[in-house]
Amino acid sequence: MSFPWAKQYTPSHPAMVWLDEKLPLPRLIYGAVGAGYEVPRNLNYFWNFGFMAGLCLMIQIVTGIVLAMHFAPDTGLAFDSTEHIMRDVNWGWMLRYGHSNGAALFFAVIYLHIFRGFYYGSYKAPREMIWLLGVTIFLLMMATAFMGYVLPWGQMSYWAAQVITGFFTAFPLIGDGLKEWLLGGFAPDNATLNRFFSLHFLLPFVILGVVILHIWSLHIPGSSNPTGVEVKTKADTVPFHPYYTAKDGWTVGLFMVIYGLFVFYMPNSMGHPDNYIPANPMQTPAHIVPEWYFWPFYAILRSFTQPLLFIPGKLMGVLAMFASILVWFFMPWLDKSPVRSAKFRPLYRKFFWALVLDVLVLGYCGVSPPEQPYILLAQLATIYYFAHFFIIVPIVSSIERPEPLPFSITEAVLGHDGQAALAAKG
Amino acid sequence: MAQDAGIDTPTADGGSGDGALDGGGVRRRDFINIAAVSAAGVGGLAVLYPLISQMAPSADVLAESSTEIDLAAIQPGQAIKALFRKQPLFVRNLTAEEVKKATDVDNNASEFSTLRDPATLAERTKPGKQNWLITMGVCTHLGCVPLGAGPGEEMSRGAFGGYFCPCHGSTYDTAARIRKGPAPRNLEVPPYEFTSDTIVKIG
Repeated sequence: MSFPWAKQYTPSHPAMVWLDEKLPLPRLIYGAVGAGYEVPRNLNYFWNFGFMAGLCLMIQIVTGIVLAMHFAPDTGLAFDSTEHIMRDVNWGWMLRYGHSNGAALFFAVIYLHIFRGFYYGSYKAPREMIWLLGVTIFLLMMATAFMGYVLPWGQMSYWAAQVITGFFTAFPLIGDGLKEWLLGGFAPDNATLNRFFSLHFLLPFVILGVVILHIWSLHIPGSSNPTGVEVKTKADTVPFHPYYTAKDGWTVGLFMVIYGLFVFYMPNSMGHPDNYIPANPMQTPAHIVPEWYFWPFYAILRSFTQPLLFIPGKLMGVLAMFASILVWFFMPWLDKSPVRSAKFRPLYRKFFWALVLDVLVLGYCGVSPPEQPYILLAQLATIYYFAHFFIIVPIVSSIERPEPLPFSITEAVLGHDGQAALAAKG
Repeated sequence: MAQDAGIDTPTADGGSGDGALDGGGVRRRDFINIAAVSAAGVGGLAVLYPLISQMAPSADVLAESSTEIDLAAIQPGQAIKALFRKQPLFVRNLTAEEVKKATDVDNNASEFSTLRDPATLAERTKPGKQNWLITMGVCTHLGCVPLGAGPGEEMSRGAFGGYFCPCHGSTYDTAARIRKGPAPRNLEVPPYEFTSDTIVKIG
């Protein structure tokens, strides 16, 4: 599970020796996220977002559990109990703002983590399973965030529940029944709110479980690195602790500054004022948009205004929206290039940035009203999005001539030192 | 060792143990094994049914509800929203001009054939009550409430004069038929009947 030169756990205190014999939990932690885990020495700051994502999950679980102590999942009480948290509960405002802004920053961190994976080819063999588990975590996060958004039972909550469960009515024959089953009624109501609360409580722990699998499968090949060249010798790695615990600690501090800015100075900047109006099943808000982290997918959903290949536009939109994330699962096999890092892939790199731009355009269309020119723009961006995965990535990875890779991680790091580089090249 | 412990353990070749039949074939232990695993499997699946079914609408939600609406106060061109099965219901008194707009489409074969969900105004209203357009106020796209029935929404009825869904731009005509945008079907017409000239019973 690690490199042969990794340090072994050697407890010195008799109590720790005793514990190690009975339950080697400290040994597990030492090997997983301690001095026993050897990590490439050349990681850049993009490798910090995994640790930060773990921290975000912890923040969400802790703030969420205490919020649940004050919240009442009943359509008659949910909105008021949320306001009770905001006004009456000691520090309730901080906990709720911390939870809602924490969710948004969790997505920001995860998107940067995914960005890293795409740019540096982290999904490639032998790390496919880490990637598959990561995409699974992302899907679970989306479901969890959606159900959490419904809980305050404001106007945006209610209509999010209506619209998102409405996706399922797109499926022929079973659609309407499926929606009624999910909602427990014909429209979002008490049954819906109650089950969403139950699942919103459960899913973070499911995510935690998949995170453990994600880290477990990471520790078999070890972390990737910006060159994409695998670890060869002891000189290529440093122990996770203290080197990367210290580096992660520094960015956690930066994260906390940004998090604090949102929670304490602009807690509603990412929210929507309509959600401070109690849910009203008779009136849809004039302009409903999801939270910013769903905008690109929302734009894909509503790009399909006409039937395509005899499939109704509504069903196509829903299928395309799900497909836009599910296609990530296939990245390890769509990208055939043996070179991992885009740093050495001049052609792929250009298309990578084009995709980033495309996703930003989709996000812009997602938050804009459903009218021209945004509809046409979103349609073009949607076509490009799928073309990237199904046409551009396979073709580019077949025809591209990558730049020469460094011999080793050590050479890449000490390359500025001409002698070391020359010596390594022999 | 098994004999030492007083337990008879069958071996893989079926040569010993009280479950073995002479000359091979099905051993009693195999049968017990398959029966036990099958019972556990079928039992496990059987438990899934109530676990899944509990999420479906409960009896109180399903209990048939009907709503009575007094039409007397609704002027031509005006629409109201009522509640039916916890969902909005649109009741609209079409003007003669709006009725004509809808029937013009019905009588023009080439235009009628372009409808996404073809139905005439006559099919979507009651005989002799063509001006009373009664539909669910639930967009068939993703379930938003279209604009056009609420107070002050007369100017937001979209390009076809019926209803306009602000969520994704679905546009309905004066027979509440889908004409433009992502919705697949016309606004649903619930079961209803006129109990008198001015009272309509929904459901």
